[in-house]
Amino acid sequence: MPPILELKGITKRFPGVLANDHINIKLEKGEILALLGENGAGKTTLMNILYGLYKPDEGEIFIDGKKVEITSPIDAIRSGIGMVHQHFMLIPVFTVTENVMLGEEYTKYGGFLDRKKAADRIREISELYKLNVNPDDLVENLPVGLQQRVEIIKLLFRNADILIMDEPTAVLTPQEVDELFNILKILVEQGKSIIFITHKLREVMECSDRIEVIRLGKVVGSTTPAEASPGKLATMMVGREVDLILEKNPCNLCETVLTVEKLSVRDTLNRTVVDGVSFELNGGEILGIAGVQGNGQTELVRALTGLRKPTSGKITLLGKDVSRSNPRRITELGTAHIPEDRQKDGLVLASPITENLVLNTYFHHPFSKGIVLQQLAINENATELIQKFDVRTPGISTLVHSLSGGNQQKVIIAREFSRPIKLLIASQPTRGLDVGSIEYIHDRILEKRDQGCAVLLVSTELDEIMQLADRIAVMFRGKILTIVKAGDVTKEELGLMMAGIIPTVHSEIVDSTKTRELVT
Amino acid sequence: MKSSTKNQNWITKVLDPARLRQWLPGVLFILVGIFIKLVLNEAVEADALTTFTTNINKTSIQIPNFVFNTRFGLDLISGLCAGIGIYQILRGFKNKLTMIIAVMGILVVFGFLVWGASGTSLSFTGMLAVMVIRSVPITIGALAGILCERAGIINIAIEGMMIAGAFAGAVVGSIFNLWAGILAAIMIGALLALVHAVLSIKYKVDQIISGTMINIFSTGLTSYLYIKFLQDTENQWLNESGFFRPMPIPGLAKIPVIGPIFFDHNLYIYAMYILVAILTIALFKTKWGLRHRSVGEYPKAADTLGVNVFRTRYLACLLSGMVAGFAGSYFSLGSVGRFEQTMTAGRGFIALAAMIFGKWNPLGALQAGMLFGFAESLTTKLSLLNFPIPAEVLLMLPYIITIIVLAGVVGRSRGPAAAGSAYEKESL
Amino acid sequence: MTNKKTSDGKRNFLSIFYEELSRSSLTIIVLSVISGFVMGGILVILTAPEVYKAFGTSFVSGLSTSWNIVAKTYSSLFLGAIGNPARIAEALGSGDRALILKAFTPFLESLVVTTPYLFTGVAVAMGFRAGLFNIGAEGQVLVGAIAAGWAGWSFTGLSPWIHVPLAMLIGALAGGLWGFVPGFLKVKTGAHEVITTIMMNYVAYYLIYYLIAAPLRDPNEVTPKTPWVLESAHLFRFFPDPIRFHFGFFIALMVAILAWYILFKTTWGYELRTVGLNPNASRYAGMNITVVTIAAMALSGAIAGMAGASEILGVTWRQSQALATGYGFDSIALALLAQNHPLGVILTALLFGFLRSGSRVMQLSAGTPVYIINILQAFIILFIAAPAIIRTIFRLKQPAAKEAPLPISLSEKKS
Repeated sequence: MPPILELKGITKRFPGVLANDHINIKLEKGEILALLGENGAGKTTLMNILYGLYKPDEGEIFIDGKKVEITSPIDAIRSGIGMVHQHFMLIPVFTVTENVMLGEEYTKYGGFLDRKKAADRIREISELYKLNVNPDDLVENLPVGLQQRVEIIKLLFRNADILIMDEPTAVLTPQEVDELFNILKILVEQGKSIIFITHKLREVMECSDRIEVIRLGKVVGSTTPAEASPGKLATMMVGREVDLILEKNPCNLCETVLTVEKLSVRDTLNRTVVDGVSFELNGGEILGIAGVQGNGQTELVRALTGLRKPTSGKITLLGKDVSRSNPRRITELGTAHIPEDRQKDGLVLASPITENLVLNTYFHHPFSKGIVLQQLAINENATELIQKFDVRTPGISTLVHSLSGGNQQKVIIAREFSRPIKLLIASQPTRGLDVGSIEYIHDRILEKRDQGCAVLLVSTELDEIMQLADRIAVMFRGKILTIVKAGDVTKEELGLMMAGIIPTVHSEIVDSTKTRELVT
Repeated sequence: MKSSTKNQNWITKVLDPARLRQWLPGVLFILVGIFIKLVLNEAVEADALTTFTTNINKTSIQIPNFVFNTRFGLDLISGLCAGIGIYQILRGFKNKLTMIIAVMGILVVFGFLVWGASGTSLSFTGMLAVMVIRSVPITIGALAGILCERAGIINIAIEGMMIAGAFAGAVVGSIFNLWAGILAAIMIGALLALVHAVLSIKYKVDQIISGTMINIFSTGLTSYLYIKFLQDTENQWLNESGFFRPMPIPGLAKIPVIGPIFFDHNLYIYAMYILVAILTIALFKTKWGLRHRSVGEYPKAADTLGVNVFRTRYLACLLSGMVAGFAGSYFSLGSVGRFEQTMTAGRGFIALAAMIFGKWNPLGALQAGMLFGFAESLTTKLSLLNFPIPAEVLLMLPYIITIIVLAGVVGRSRGPAAAGSAYEKESL
Repeated sequence: MTNKKTSDGKRNFLSIFYEELSRSSLTIIVLSVISGFVMGGILVILTAPEVYKAFGTSFVSGLSTSWNIVAKTYSSLFLGAIGNPARIAEALGSGDRALILKAFTPFLESLVVTTPYLFTGVAVAMGFRAGLFNIGAEGQVLVGAIAAGWAGWSFTGLSPWIHVPLAMLIGALAGGLWGFVPGFLKVKTGAHEVITTIMMNYVAYYLIYYLIAAPLRDPNEVTPKTPWVLESAHLFRFFPDPIRFHFGFFIALMVAILAWYILFKTTWGYELRTVGLNPNASRYAGMNITVVTIAAMALSGAIAGMAGASEILGVTWRQSQALATGYGFDSIALALLAQNHPLGVILTALLFGFLRSGSRVMQLSAGTPVYIINILQAFIILFIAAPAIIRTIFRLKQPAAKEAPLPISLSEKKS
């Protein structure tokens, strides 16, 4: 029996980079294959080729032993391949039905849409695979976990036999991840075959039948969960020994830097997204805010950094009330902000590194005298910082958009860390970065903490939080459910809390004044 | 001491923003009412009569003219204004405030009409019929904008396509016949749109720059050709296309009041109705429409499902140009019968405002077009009535209204999410 | 055009020069302008009845007629813009002042026409730098003119040293107001400035039409015109009539240089550019986007207003109702061609100014309507905005793709 899918010798070049280097992969029917590799290894490129979004420079694709040409998503769909992308390909203002049937519409009388027929089929699929999706909902109103299921329905609607899932767990709580894995198992029972792209070691161990490790565009190892261990996998992924455990100095608390009292924030549609949040942060400690994306962390950070006005509550920074201050005042008081979306908020991509490095200090001496910019000082500053923070760039006047993700983040860190800061707010600081950059940034953050800076770390990567944070706060639906000491809680418990459930078993962990009930 | 703090509290209470938002409009409404009562009322004689006529021949039932004492009419209107104002101060209309402001606008307009027509008669139906006529280029232009923008391409060049359409229509219409003129206008619109499409889609030029360039080119070229070829007396035959005559729809045109307003016009008005209907159905009920809109909202998603983003956008642009060219031909073939250099007078841009006002919906565009058409109709009417405000100032009215509309509406409506950005397929 | 094959390791100077030239954006600009002229020439040929008649006789005669027509058009354009080089040389040789002035008249007149372009080009460029499309330069010029004119004839007994700056200032303020409104609306309501500025153009047009017809009308004139601007408010003219070259040209140059300085050497300029490039990052940086945007639009309007002021105080000295100037739309092409750089605007304004000045003569002597200039502009914008088209036509190379530096993981660096 030929494998249901075989990729032979797939090669793809982009300007300056060999993304896929003669890759060979086999997928048997009914198995879950995990493609493991760090950010930038080439996994997504490979799958995009399989799905017809890119054309390979060399190589062939065989389905059920027969060679196929896939030049567009239509070909892929016709060959029975479906893909759930990392960033959902859903149109927010359309309904579930419209999103699912786009491109494969049910029609009557020629071109008129038959929404009812499509909706019925969607309900059918939803029941069969226990997906729980209502065809008439507007996608923008659906929570993220449900949106992902809509994506899966899209594939099943088109009778896909080979399902590709690109980093599907990035936006899910640990419990939702378990649910997803159950769904995958049901799919496989029904005869589907699945390729699962990820960089998360533990999930790969839990869920896959086989693992292929990709590094720098090549397949560097093939194994199974039985034979492998996280350590071995990590080494294969990165090519060297990776410290999975960070060494951390004990926490040395200084004075209180930040006090947040009953902070509430509304979003642009007037919904309360931060609901009465309170906590304190001292110098010398890292407070990690854990939680699934979309539970208010983004708006909390925006309120703390002056980018959004809270509706009520108080923020006190170093003794001063900054609840309604603008970003500049907060920065001037000694705050550094590593923004969640580095390209949107933290950098001016079309500007040179020199200008980006003075983005929030340009009006200070020595970078300007009065309103006149002092170019010499700005250039010197850039030269120094590029050296110090190891930014890989051809020159100080290089435009930032031509730097890699890791180096762009380093520019931001260089800028923020080169000021005397008392509070560091880091939001998803290592998202999308390669392991080397991740290690570097973690080291810098710990360094600041050891110097007495207060650090607020917001991240959806539980591992990062558990490694770095001294205390962990879990945000759910805009509230902080609880704040616990990092060493006192397990990952499973954190996962439950991220889903809104405070475990009653270890009731002594519960740090906040509140409840022990199940909060759902 | 005590009384001053008491006063202070009263003042801060009154000036508190939420409260301010409530009673300030109310006060304004009352002031408007007072203005109507005092200023306008005083300017007319006590026994002056205003006549509103509603007949334009040919209707089956003749409605008698509506005659009333001017002062009485003004009193009534000012009373209503004041009443609304008082209600606003006491209770406030809250969510319905925008609607109430529209109502106030209507009352004010009525007031001016009553006052201006004092001593003479005003054909109310006539005014509304003109409103429909004037709305045509704006509505059809807005439809062109919707077609393009719903697929993600901003079409700022509607003005340029219109003037080109007007020119082509006039000249080809003079050489051959009116229908050939329409065809020529549509084709020239499509041609310009093709340029816009190639620039925006293939070369990823900023869509506003590419559109502005087409405007400059089109206005320049039509003026150039006009001066070179159409100005000499011996060439006048090239610019005498004539225009389409009104064709009343049998039956419908005879309905009193409504008939003459909506159903007794030339083919352009009927084309407008038909286009609105076709576009509404096509965009929201057909497979083509779903794909078209998806490309404007989230082209990457559509691409992953096999929708050809580039082809859809090219088609959208072409259709948009064809409709815009057709709208342009209205100016020559549907109205004046010849081409003049500044015929379009910015209507292409007003059409964009109408599109936004109408929330990118064909039906909304129709309503918005009527609004602007009413403004133009009002302008003409008022100047005919020897209104004391100079004609030029009245001519500003449609443009000022456009600004007000844009300012009031834009923030609250969302256009197609991907409009304005070129689609990048990573490779291939 | 193929590159000669050069042996490995030995690339001669010429091929390197060609490579660099083919990559530079200056080349694109120059080639765009040339291509624009070529397209214009083609249009002239296509719309000349004589050409078709000539082709009727023979192909060769058709070609030669085409060539003659284009040559006549462009040469009269050139002569109208710069003057007759032979006559200039002769006059310089003779040393007769009157003769020299006469020979240089077209050149100086072109500088006069360039002056408003300098202002409006800088205005639009500043707007673009802040991320704003100021299509309203037309209206801003008009209100600037009428306001400055009003200041020019209303204040009596002032010394020119006071009157001229005062009138210019009032013109700038009026233009600034006309720019402020769309800027304010954009920031507070999101109304797109492309449409609002265009609407403001029409409002300005009708407003001024009305003002000249009634309140600001010169009672002594039959047709509607404003009163004459007083002598004390005239911008100094350097040469006797009929040469109109006036001080406004130098004011414009200073404004351009000042704009460059502000834009690139001051914190204000830094903020303006950052808001234009990435409003999100500027908010993060603590800049006040509202203030910057409104100020940028108002500044843009003010500079455009100065264009109008300069015209009425330096050239026409009164305003009649023939209002449309075309400067507003032209300056969009101007600014884009200069890549929104104030110093570049100086060059492109000169180009457009000379073209416009020459086109008047061209219309008279060659019969080509002045609107050919607009068509030229459109093509130039086209080629500038889509350099790929020029590259394809002329087979130029892509600019060196900036290689992405190697990500850290590839460098085997130990953390």
